Amino acid sequence: MPGYSDPGFDTLALHAGAAPDPATGARAVPIHLTTSFVFESSDHAAALFNLERAGHVYSRISNPTNAVLEQRVSALEGGIGAITTASGQAALHLSIATLMGAGSHIVASTALYGGSQNLLHYTLRRFGIETTFVKPGDIDGWRAAVRPNTKLFFGETVGNPGLEVLDIATISAIAHEAGVPLLVDSTLTSPWLIKPFDHGADLVYHSATKFLSGHGTVIGGIVVDGGTFDWDKSGKFPELTEPYAGFHNMVFSEESTVGAFLLRARREGLRDFGACLSPHSAWLILQGIETLSLRMERHMSNTRKVVEFLAGQPFVARVGHPLLASHPSHALAQKLLPRGAGSVFSFDLNGSREQGKKFVESLKVFSHLANVGDCRSLVIHPASTTHFRLSDEALAAGGITQGTIRLSIGLEDPDDLIDDLKRALKTAEKAGA
Amino acid sequence: MELTVNGHSTYCYTGGKTFDATKPTIIFIHGVLNDHSVWILQTRYLANHGWNVLAVDLPGHCRSAGNPPATVEDAADFVIALMDAADLQKAALVGHSFGSLVALEAAARAPERVSQLVLVGTAFPMKVSPALLESSLKEPMKALEMVNIFSRSTLAPPPSALGPGTWVYGASMALGRRVLANNPRVNLFHTGFKACDSYSHGEAAMAQVQCPVLFVLGRVDQMTPPKAAQGLIKKALNAQVIYLPGGHQQMNETPEPMLAALNRFLKS
Repeated sequence: MPGYSDPGFDTLALHAGAAPDPATGARAVPIHLTTSFVFESSDHAAALFNLERAGHVYSRISNPTNAVLEQRVSALEGGIGAITTASGQAALHLSIATLMGAGSHIVASTALYGGSQNLLHYTLRRFGIETTFVKPGDIDGWRAAVRPNTKLFFGETVGNPGLEVLDIATISAIAHEAGVPLLVDSTLTSPWLIKPFDHGADLVYHSATKFLSGHGTVIGGIVVDGGTFDWDKSGKFPELTEPYAGFHNMVFSEESTVGAFLLRARREGLRDFGACLSPHSAWLILQGIETLSLRMERHMSNTRKVVEFLAGQPFVARVGHPLLASHPSHALAQKLLPRGAGSVFSFDLNGSREQGKKFVESLKVFSHLANVGDCRSLVIHPASTTHFRLSDEALAAGGITQGTIRLSIGLEDPDDLIDDLKRALKTAEKAGA
Repeated sequence: MELTVNGHSTYCYTGGKTFDATKPTIIFIHGVLNDHSVWILQTRYLANHGWNVLAVDLPGHCRSAGNPPATVEDAADFVIALMDAADLQKAALVGHSFGSLVALEAAARAPERVSQLVLVGTAFPMKVSPALLESSLKEPMKALEMVNIFSRSTLAPPPSALGPGTWVYGASMALGRRVLANNPRVNLFHTGFKACDSYSHGEAAMAQVQCPVLFVLGRVDQMTPPKAAQGLIKKALNAQVIYLPGGHQQMNETPEPMLAALNRFLKS
């Protein structure tokens, strides 16, 4: 029943979490640039610190502008609440650090953003958390990788940059059999393309830097809890189900039957690790979300045109987008991502590494930089930039070769994008002659 | 805190404090497809301000064993048995929605044992539309969505049970799904709604209540509109009425005025 009580996606993207400011009447969300919030009394202060009352104390823990963003993304994802973080990587770290410590184990997809791969493969290992990497489509591999100390399954909705689609329903079922939650990075798809909770994910995070903000202006992250995972039933998470001496001996799963993760993540993770989001950044991301569906529609229609163009070019050896029947995730994408599998994808030139460089340098509308999800079209060479720390084996496992070019299709006139690509392809081809 | 009530393990949230027999006690009774956790922003505060709180999971709900009560009267008997199990001669009762009817009926059955009665989001009769009743049985997820749509009053709730950033609608949906899933033997949704729908003793029960009564009503509550509580208000001997600026999620959409009203009344 459409209306204020049961609003659709676009209405939520504009209104969830925000009402006209009662103090000033301001219609847009105010930016609360303040570190702290005055207590009404000593009793009020003590009650806030002890979680007897809900409210803001200090902007590292919470802030009214950030809270609007947290509610808005929760509403769009179908979650119970969220926590904004300094970046997408901070959201991933906060999720992991809340759920486990040294001696724990993660099962993760091989098709991950290079930064996430680094965190899991190198950095967390130093802190005693090990990860087994499994190809997203290797269903038996996910099951076989489970160990007694496994605490988390983790993958991306669509892998970066190969766009291998994660079969969330199947992988989450295996995770749940093992008594652990599935965390999904939904950065490249945004809730407009897929809502991972609808398919069985338990936690979802975004690098809000990308499509949520959409304008290449801000670094930020957010983790959303679906409220679906039963921590008590699992029995593997004493962090959430037993008294925590670090916070008044609180048993988070008793305080909230569905929200224990968020309680600990905010009260411990933001308090101690401190990777909070600036309210100004939160506001910029909110501005982006207001037009999310309009932008995503255009991202998708432009992507369709560019993929179609590239697929017809003899100098292009492969186009890696699930729109094409040749892509290994084509069928799964049709099922899970009917609006499109994203506008970030890769393709291989039918030429040398030097020709690849020439191609990138010849583009004029596309910008050569390390980001995706901007309203402007972007290009990069993953093997020498975002994924440069990976071995050849790890690159291959992620579907990347030395000649792979990654594009992030923006909102420009599609004919201009195609013209830019056409000219650059011609220049690169000539360079090999 | 675990108590054995009618031979079954019964969970009561105590607000993070140990039960202290020297303090007065408040028993909180949740509504259909809810559990103790809907009361966090009231119970934790009161537990740290001079009260014992026992926010119970009703039988067959989440952490409590036993058969879920099929009628308001059964649930009221359970509450009195809970008081016996906790060795409480007297307690204040606070109930929300279905829980408000349970609290009312318990106060009528044992008037000398109830010091104060708080009815949150109450109505009498608490009729459930035949379509919703049937939907709760045959399509519980659809019915859950319907109930939560009717229950919410705002798209911009204040900081709530999980702190700032809580999406109250989503949290309530998730709790409903969890409570339903935790009892595969009985459809708690349909059982609870049938109990609300069939309860016919409300006004007679109110006539038997001897203690002060506080009505906490949401001005724009579509589930239990304020006008549906007027019959009970008229029957109460000693009633106070507070209207909160919200809907049927009084504890989580309007937690601050709800706590203030509760605190003021319980202190009086």
